[in-house]
Amino acid sequence: MYRFIGRRMFFAAITILIVSAVVFAIFSYLPFDPASLTCGQRCTPQIIEGNRIKLGFDKPIYEQYWLFLSGIFAGRTYGSGQAAFSCPAPSFGYSFNENACVTDMIKEAMPITINLAVGALIIWLVMGVGLGVLAAKFKNRWPDTSSSVFVLLGTSLPTFVTGLALLIWVSIKWKIIPMSLDGYVSALDNPGRWFMYFILPWITLAIAYAALYTRFTRAAVLDTLGEDYIRTARAKGVKERTVLFKHTLRAVLAPIITMAGLDFAGLIGGAIITETIFNLPGLGRLTLRSTYEFDLPVVLATTILAAVVVIVMNLIVDMLYAVLDPRVRI
Amino acid sequence: MAELLRINDLHVAFPTDDGLVRAVDGVSLSVSQGETVAIVGESGSGKTVTSLSVMGLHKKGSAQMSGSISVAHDGGFLDVISASEEEIRSMRGRSVAMIFQDPMSALHPYYKIGDQLAEAYLVHNPGKKKEAAARAIEMLDLVGISEPAQRAKEFPHQFSGGMRQRVMIAMALMNSPKMLIADEPTTALDVTVQAQILTLLASLQKEFNMGILLITHDLGVVAQVSEKVNVMYAGRIVEQGAVDDIFYNPMHPYNLGLLKSVPRISATGSERLKAIQGQPPSLISLPAGCAFAPRCEYIKFADSNACATQMPALVGISTTHTSRCHIDESKRQASFADAMKEVR
Repeated sequence: MYRFIGRRMFFAAITILIVSAVVFAIFSYLPFDPASLTCGQRCTPQIIEGNRIKLGFDKPIYEQYWLFLSGIFAGRTYGSGQAAFSCPAPSFGYSFNENACVTDMIKEAMPITINLAVGALIIWLVMGVGLGVLAAKFKNRWPDTSSSVFVLLGTSLPTFVTGLALLIWVSIKWKIIPMSLDGYVSALDNPGRWFMYFILPWITLAIAYAALYTRFTRAAVLDTLGEDYIRTARAKGVKERTVLFKHTLRAVLAPIITMAGLDFAGLIGGAIITETIFNLPGLGRLTLRSTYEFDLPVVLATTILAAVVVIVMNLIVDMLYAVLDPRVRI
Repeated sequence: MAELLRINDLHVAFPTDDGLVRAVDGVSLSVSQGETVAIVGESGSGKTVTSLSVMGLHKKGSAQMSGSISVAHDGGFLDVISASEEEIRSMRGRSVAMIFQDPMSALHPYYKIGDQLAEAYLVHNPGKKKEAAARAIEMLDLVGISEPAQRAKEFPHQFSGGMRQRVMIAMALMNSPKMLIADEPTTALDVTVQAQILTLLASLQKEFNMGILLITHDLGVVAQVSEKVNVMYAGRIVEQGAVDDIFYNPMHPYNLGLLKSVPRISATGSERLKAIQGQPPSLISLPAGCAFAPRCEYIKFADSNACATQMPALVGISTTHTSRCHIDESKRQASFADAMKEVR
């Protein structure tokens, strides 16, 4: 068990290193001069050259990569003397567009994205698994038919349509949830406002995923109900409800949790469309904005971050699987 | 001896897109305390459908059933076909228990053996967790699993096929049922393990005075453990009798064919297995007469017109030995004589 985790972590670290190197190389070889992107409208060649040296863009690429890597662990100081400024570890670079350390920008955006993803995950798991079980239990009857309508709508409607529709009707027309709430508050400070702030984005994201999970759960439950061990349970005299909610659901849980872990990881990378529609300053919006503005250090950092989250979630899911399925020994 | 199960004129049909599949067509049989009754037949002959009908285990709405299945339950008899879902549930596992063909897939892979056994008891004795756990270990011990307390904490994948079938048997015994249905209990096992499981079943039967309905296609198993035999073909019982009658005095050409097809150790190297020619009929469109007629080698000894148009009745040379065949009893002995020499 520990050997397995150790080995997997070692390979995860190597994967992250490779991903970061590739991403770094891609951004370094883009046909843009990163130094000239750092200064505003009144730009002179002197400022550009000054920034180039300050940010280390004058050095060869491998050295730049090394500076980037060591910055993550040791922090980084740009420039020298009076004009020097530093980003403490873990430093992912410095954004000239925003005049801020990238790490600080991520720290600000991260909680919003995590709140969004966790809330959406809970809603879509409850909805998707619940509807899926219901559809399987009442196969070919009205709960099944109506859930398949939901599946069809959920999978075919893009989030920008459901998101905008929710925004237009719930916020603007019916005024159930006010539109402009001034910024993000944590659930601990003001749970009510926090809930209002996130509920529409949660629903928007959850609908898309819940549809997929409904379809998956329905198929998995129907599959499992045909298993020999389910017949054994019935032959013991187990109640039909227990057969469904204990024996069947237990077997279906492992693959659903695997799927949820990976989908969740994808969302942490940023739900760009949803965050944009609802004006949530999360990682998705940060990535989008910095891409528009060629704010390369930020794009680099968010890209690597997204990759790291996927790799780490994979590891967690694999370990969870061993807990959920006694046949898997690690 | 007290009768535990009486099936009377059971018909089971499954509607499909291609038509009505008549899986069981007029089966009658009974099982009493302490005896083993076998149902033999090839795949698709309706033997498993018959056994699942007794447990009421067909999918809701998928099977059309008629006739009667009376099961000794709570001092009286329960008619499974007309009983409510709740009544059947209280019978399952308590009055009649069942073990299945493939022990590899019949146990839930995610639950510990001890818990799966205990559940069988808890379903009918709610709340008695301690008793259930103790009984689980006791039953595991009884079926010959060493260190039962330890093994109860293990998962099915930690058991071999034979051990899992022992676990299934232990699970079936949790409520000391009067009647056990064993659906091909040894088919998925090694030959050596098969013998062990059969011996175990026989000794448990004696100990608990159980009636056993044994479903199998293996004539060797039948000869070893059963007292009465029902030979099924295309959803019907074609021959019914005591085990000696079935093996030494076959009345139905199909039964004779089965006996001839058993491989023999004394056979010389070049001798081929004597399979019954042809394929069993489709259960959607059964022949009007005898379902076996198209494959019957002995049809020349009967009125072939009758074979093609009339379903023969189950009649016998004695009250306990009956068969569905148009061959006249006076001609049967002579016409089967050659084949019987081979079989002996």
